[in-house]
Amino acid sequence: MAASGLFSLAWLMIAIPLVVAGFLLVAGRLTDAWGHLLATLAVIASFLIGLVLFIDLLGRDASQRSVSNSLYELFSVGRWKFDVALQIDQLSILFVLLITGVGSLIHVYSIGYMAHDERRRRFFAYLNLFIAAMLTLVLADNYLLLFFGWEGVGLASYLLIGFWQHRNSAAVAAKKAFVVNRVGDLGMTMGIFALLAQLGTVNFTQVNERAAGLSPFWATLIGFLFLLGACGKSAQVPLQSWLLDAMEGPTPVSALIHAATMVTAGVYLVVRSHALYAQTEAASLAVAIVGTVTLLVGAWIGTSKDDIKKVLAGSTMSQIGYMMLAAGLGPIGAAFAIFHLITHGFFKANMFLGAGSVMHGMDDDVDMRHYGALAKAMPITFITFAMGYLAIIGFPFTSGFYSKDHIIEAAFEKNTVLGVLALLGAGVTAYYMTRLMMMTYFSQKRWRQGVHPHESPLVMTIPLMVLAVFSVIGGALMLGWITGWLAPATGGEEEHLSLVHFSGIGLLTMAVVAVGVVIGWWLHRRDVPDTAPATRNPLVIAGRRDLYGDALNEALLMRPGQHLVAGLDSFDRGVVDGAVMGSAGVFGGLSSAVRRLQNGFVRSYGLTMVVGVVLVGVVLILGQLA
Amino acid sequence: MLQTLAPLQGLLPFEGAITPPKLDYTALAPLIVVFVAACLGVVVEGVLRRRIRDEAQLIVAGLGLIGALVFTVQGWTTGKQGIHAMGSVAIDGPSYFVWGLLLVVGLLVVLMMSERTLNGGAMGFAPMAAAVPGSPIERRAIELKVEHTEIYPLTMFAIFGMMLFASSNDLITMFVALEVFSLPLYLLSGLARRRRLLSQEAALKYFLLGSLSSAFFLYGTALLYGFAGGFELRTIDAAVGAKGPSSLLLLAGLGLVAVGLLFKVGVVPFHSWTPDVYTGAPTPITGFMAIATKAAAVVALLRILYVGLGAMRWEWAPLLAALSVLTMLVGSVIALTQSDMKRLLAYSSIAHAGFLLVPMAAAVTVQTATSGALTSSVGSILFYLSAYGFATLGAFALITMVRKAGGESTSLASWAGVGRRHPVFGACMVLFLLSFAGIPLTGGFMGKLMIFLAGWSGGYAWLVLVAVLMSLVAAFFYLKVVVVMFFREPGEAAEGVTVEKASWLTWVAVVVGVIGTLLLGLWSGPLADLAARMSVFLR
Repeated sequence: MAASGLFSLAWLMIAIPLVVAGFLLVAGRLTDAWGHLLATLAVIASFLIGLVLFIDLLGRDASQRSVSNSLYELFSVGRWKFDVALQIDQLSILFVLLITGVGSLIHVYSIGYMAHDERRRRFFAYLNLFIAAMLTLVLADNYLLLFFGWEGVGLASYLLIGFWQHRNSAAVAAKKAFVVNRVGDLGMTMGIFALLAQLGTVNFTQVNERAAGLSPFWATLIGFLFLLGACGKSAQVPLQSWLLDAMEGPTPVSALIHAATMVTAGVYLVVRSHALYAQTEAASLAVAIVGTVTLLVGAWIGTSKDDIKKVLAGSTMSQIGYMMLAAGLGPIGAAFAIFHLITHGFFKANMFLGAGSVMHGMDDDVDMRHYGALAKAMPITFITFAMGYLAIIGFPFTSGFYSKDHIIEAAFEKNTVLGVLALLGAGVTAYYMTRLMMMTYFSQKRWRQGVHPHESPLVMTIPLMVLAVFSVIGGALMLGWITGWLAPATGGEEEHLSLVHFSGIGLLTMAVVAVGVVIGWWLHRRDVPDTAPATRNPLVIAGRRDLYGDALNEALLMRPGQHLVAGLDSFDRGVVDGAVMGSAGVFGGLSSAVRRLQNGFVRSYGLTMVVGVVLVGVVLILGQLA
Repeated sequence: MLQTLAPLQGLLPFEGAITPPKLDYTALAPLIVVFVAACLGVVVEGVLRRRIRDEAQLIVAGLGLIGALVFTVQGWTTGKQGIHAMGSVAIDGPSYFVWGLLLVVGLLVVLMMSERTLNGGAMGFAPMAAAVPGSPIERRAIELKVEHTEIYPLTMFAIFGMMLFASSNDLITMFVALEVFSLPLYLLSGLARRRRLLSQEAALKYFLLGSLSSAFFLYGTALLYGFAGGFELRTIDAAVGAKGPSSLLLLAGLGLVAVGLLFKVGVVPFHSWTPDVYTGAPTPITGFMAIATKAAAVVALLRILYVGLGAMRWEWAPLLAALSVLTMLVGSVIALTQSDMKRLLAYSSIAHAGFLLVPMAAAVTVQTATSGALTSSVGSILFYLSAYGFATLGAFALITMVRKAGGESTSLASWAGVGRRHPVFGACMVLFLLSFAGIPLTGGFMGKLMIFLAGWSGGYAWLVLVAVLMSLVAAFFYLKVVVVMFFREPGEAAEGVTVEKASWLTWVAVVVGVIGTLLLGLWSGPLADLAARMSVFLR
């Protein structure tokens, strides 16, 4: 249905942070003193608008909940018409709330975290730019506008990963993220082109209506292309390598962009395209397989890292793997994917911010081997982090318990292999998170000299508390209505989920998780070596090296690419430049020869004219003869 | 007077007494206002004291041009079209368009001429043109701060002549107009303050070659009269219709008249004067000639060919196409090795003349255009002239600012690095050069697009291909200037070269050039529509 009243103001959600971002960047140092507050208010404003819209939607009948709001026509070519239009429906409004809600908390947190950074205003401007782009991504009503947001978040991510650009590692990481994402973007753009060519539209509603008319070949092709795009943005295998390096950015960025929101864009894309994936079993299965592989790879990496942020980054990959797996399972999985996405947004943002709080107290040290026994030194951080921990391992009645268990169950229903692997992943998750907890908060102090851990200021801990609360109760809050709510937008059906939920697979999952926790505790209950012990265990070595992701990229893509470029370069120098330079030489020589006619003597000029008259006469006479 | 002629009755080719022509003064107002202002300028020269003469001249000329512009706009908007003054002046769309262009350009050039900041309080013109360069008399004239304020009435006469030229509907009026605007330009070319010898040489060359071309034109006129028995274009057209196009008299007349006009347009092989005169003439006058002379001559040529000799299309179209190729080739290729900015722009103007011949040869009228009115030859040529005019005006205004030891420094080598040192100057120049080269988002691109479309729909696809290739060659030397301005380390030639602060009198031309170039590039619709609507000649 068309937008009216409040919904016609939905564009403000995007416009406010965008304008503030532009203003802060343009106005420069003038706004240093209060720019961060303005930016925070901008996100909160967007959140409030989103909240009002959400409440309005809640009160409506299910069939009235999808509101499209056409702002203006971008351009039209022939039969193709491209609008800048927003679609506010059950799916996008949840994302809006997640992005602006978690975003607001992270803005508040950043006020404290970035207090001593002299470029704090710029940081907030970038954050606002990210919020605006991410909202564009999820509110777009067509793939083209979605792609605008897609690129916008890529830009913001690039700027924020490389925010401390004086550090070479940060600059390189930003570049890496950008380049890897280009590979995914290729898939996105090709997919959009293919949609346009096959269906003549990129509008979600129309694509959903016409998807059934796609030939199996095209449906599969587009499905794979979008999967490639999703892999890039969501750091799924094989395009996962950038996410670990992206931890070079300030920790709030890792929490907001590289855990809670942007990296879930791939899941959003797959869920949005549910009608498309419904046409193609192959592409859906590929999504599920990619998700399963990634959830194991991420968990594996998480077990072997000592850098607290990298453990969390591996964990993020792994959790997004769960979401992808669920999204690949079809309609019912899609709702669980979104469910898990939101709960993950809470607990992962919580833990990232907690990690930031720990780093804040430990002089920006990220090595967990230098931590230990921080539970007493930083009680609030510890307790909130612990709540996130419980949620991620799926402790009963926390949010992760509801969302993740359903994915595992759905995976078993679909395919036993996928189910077993997902179950295994849950155990590994429990292991590495317990390891993280033990190394950071328990065991002995291994602090460096001169480091005096202290609790972070309230402006940082309050967001932690809010997120911690949601980590625990978020699942239970949404459990009752989420599948029914999302059903129209994801093409699924309502499923009644009960608060006390113990199926056979659920009990099995709990057992596996318990085993993981126990192993984690057992191995790290005593002292932890100060440096990572040398090991010949190939599994550990592979994990420490990110499962050779970079090496694979270099061997498969970079080196052939370099050879290709070198070949093109020599072709360019030899053949193209040769032709160009040759023709330039010819013209230059011609020029030097002809300019001699311009000798400065009027008599020769006069003669030239007379010759010209003869020439004119000849041409005219020839014309007569012809 | 009438009585005294009575005994001659029977001997004269007309019957009865001469009836004085009925003139529609309101329709002719733009012409009259400019002419009166020019005459007033002569009076001012004789009456007012030297101290205030310059200001007075500027005011008279400025008011005259603005007044004429007002009448032009009013005349067009009220739909005052018709053939006036006994069939000698056609006031129609193309006339109005080119009048407007000439008046705007004239106004900006007149302002540029009165620039004094750049020359340390003096004008950019010779203090005493008749004095031998370097002689004691000239030095004395400089000390006394003598000035030739006659440049204003001369310019006004030239503008008047051009306006009449573009709208003249018979060959005699056209010839008179040709001389009216040529003679002041010969004089103005010789008035550069610095490099006097070069300037005088330019004036003399222009005069000699211009006379030669006038002779051709006049001879052609005589032959056409012999063929048609009248000077009016309509008479000639009727005669061609009646007697057929294969008369040798007609063919020779066509060729010779065309040569006279092609000389003014600067088409190869009648272009030889252009580089020398453009280099020697004072820079504001060069800019004026590059735009105004070309615009007026192009419209006059279009008028003769389309109105008077339209039935000869199959004769003159191949001729124009051949000359177009030659002109584009010579203009673009010789420009490659030029080392002086003014000379480079001279060759560039030759190349542009070649581009203008493409749609002219194709002769697409509004009626025969295949895809909408925008691709008519006349409309596209008018648009192209405007885009070219804006960029040329701005470029020459900028050239006046680059100075070395007080004088203009036009050698390309001396421009090394000026763009980096003076970013605003550099940015404006780059914009104009890009427009010349026909890079998108500038007026030059839209202009090229439109003339190429016209050429294509007129069946001259091969010519358009040649033109595209040649604009590629041309782009090289425009970009070469950009490279020199921004990326070349200043060498010996660039020592002491600065971009002097000019007053608003020069900057207004630059600003108008920049705005015009961008506007035509980004929002070309309105002017393109206007040009399309103003593209029909009255017959």
